This record gives sequence, structure tokens and C-alpha cells, in this order.
Amino acid sequence: MSEALFEQIREHLAEVTLEAVVAHGALALLVEPAQVLAVVRSLKDSFEFDMFLDVTAVDWPERQPRFDVVWHFYSTKHFVRVRVKARVPLADPTVDTLVPLYGSAGYMERECHDMYGIVFRGNDDLRPILLYEGFEGHPLRKDYPKQKEQPLVPYRDAKP
Amino acid sequence: MSTQPVRPAPAGAFEYMTTKKDEFVGWARKFSLFPYPFVTACCAMEFMSVSSTLYDTDRFGAALPRFTPRQSDLLMVVGTVTHKQAPILKKVYEQMCEPKWVIAFGVCATSGGFYQNYAALPGIDKIIPVDLYIPGCPPRPEMVIDGIMKLQDRIARDRHPIINEKF
Repeated sequence: MSEALFEQIREHLAEVTLEAVVAHGALALLVEPAQVLAVVRSLKDSFEFDMFLDVTAVDWPERQPRFDVVWHFYSTKHFVRVRVKARVPLADPTVDTLVPLYGSAGYMERECHDMYGIVFRGNDDLRPILLYEGFEGHPLRKDYPKQKEQPLVPYRDAKP
Repeated sequence: MSTQPVRPAPAGAFEYMTTKKDEFVGWARKFSLFPYPFVTACCAMEFMSVSSTLYDTDRFGAALPRFTPRQSDLLMVVGTVTHKQAPILKKVYEQMCEPKWVIAFGVCATSGGFYQNYAALPGIDKIIPVDLYIPGCPPRPEMVIDGIMKLQDRIARDRHPIINEKF
């Protein structure tokens, strides 16, 4: 049943997707960063993907462009998932926010901004949510030193 | 008007005792520990187990948690403390009145455990002094009881200088 739906989506979005494969039972679409908002709007309006599951990123330190931004959506009508990916470079890790479409995207975009430094254009509340004010860097990037700490309270054994 | 004469004590009655101030105060303090549970992670399950009926820390006078640091004298740090939590822990410790003791409950509070990264504090003794470490992930209730008894022994043997010559 989901095969037919995936085929419809593939046809409908053929012009804006760079790649469309079925992996682990979900349709994975690779799109240009500028097309994300249009693709997701189309998924939501035409194919009833009404639930925003997650947004995260993948860091490929050797690759250009370096980051994958990955969104997952679920349809409570068709009971299937779809994954949308976009590649953004280190110099400008920016994609459009999905808050106008899914209110719940706000918090998850904040977390993704904390951990990977992805900038969500249009989300005007990208304050730290899991990290704290003053934390430098993005800990889930591969070039963040594994044991680097940024303590808020000075250590008792620290030399003054 | 006449005052009642003081009745002499019956033979064998317990009227006086002699002891040393530190021993007396230590004995009183070791059986009246009021814990403040600073509970942040999964060790909390073991803390619930050790304080409830089956293991029952009330037997040691250490059962009644005070949810304000100002009324407590035993800070039990139960679970991982992150760098984001550290200022809160420090403030709670500073709000407690002397005399006060600190137990690091579980391996995360003791040393950070297996967390060695941007998020976790590698042991609460980096920011506050700790009297007793209970390792384990999580510790068995028997270990916690053993720890509390060791702390009680130490309190009983300790000097209690806050009670001074005016006592």
C-alpha cells in the first residue's frame, strides 16, 4: 500500500528531488536546501504527512557540502514515514524553518542549532535549549574535542 | 506557705550520667540526619528503594527528607550532575547550615562515571567537598546502608566544634 503512495510522491515531486529511494520502509528524499519548505508543504498538504517527528543533522567532515540536515515526517492517515534530507555547507549552514507548518518544530530546531550549529532561517528563537548561554562550539560536530568541558562553576582543584 | 520538699530519688534510679561533649553531640547528630535528596538521574530509583519499607533508612534516623537545604544536614547527590546543573548544586550546598555532610550516591556523582564529554561534571567533588562516596551504577541498597552507617561512625567519632565553651 505504501509503495503506491511512495510512487505518487515521487512523481509529484520529481522536479525538485535529487534522489528518492525507499530505505527501512520510509521514503527518503534528497532535495536542495532552498526547496525544503516547498517540498514539506507539498507533503503536508497533498499527502497528509501531518506529524513532524524530528529534525537532526549528520556531520561528514570530509565531504563538501559538510552537513546533512534530516527531517522525519509521519502520516497518521497512511501510517508511513518520509525522510527529507538537504545538504548544507559549513560556510552557510542555513535552511528554512518549518515552524509555520509544524509548531512542534521550534524546540527541535533549537536542539539541532545547539548541537550542530545549523541555522533555521525564520526561527527567531534559537536560544540554547540543552546547552547554556556562553557555551562555545557545537558538541556533536566531529571536530569538537571529545573531552572538552566548559564548566560554569570553577573547579576546587583548579590553580588560580 | 511552705514549699514541697524535693523528694529523694528511689534507690537505683537513673539520675545522672557522665559523658564527653563530643561523644554526646556526635551521638545525637548521627541519629538525626535530615537528608536533602538532590536527585537528577536513574539512581533515584535506587534511592526510592533504599528509603522505602523494605530497606528503610528510617532505622538509621536518616529517612525524613527535607525539601529545603536550610533544614537539612545531609546532602545526597543522587545521579549525574551536568555542567548546566552545577551552579544549582553549588547554591544548594551553600544554603545548608553547618554542620553538613555530603554523600555522592552512585558512580556518576562520584566521578562522572562513563560520561566524559561536554555535558557531564566529572564528579561533584570538583565543586563541593564530599564526605562519602558510594560507587555502583546504581549502588545496591545494602551499599547505601553501609555508607550511611560509615558516615554515622565518622560523625560519632568526630569533633563537633560548633558547640563551643558556651554550650
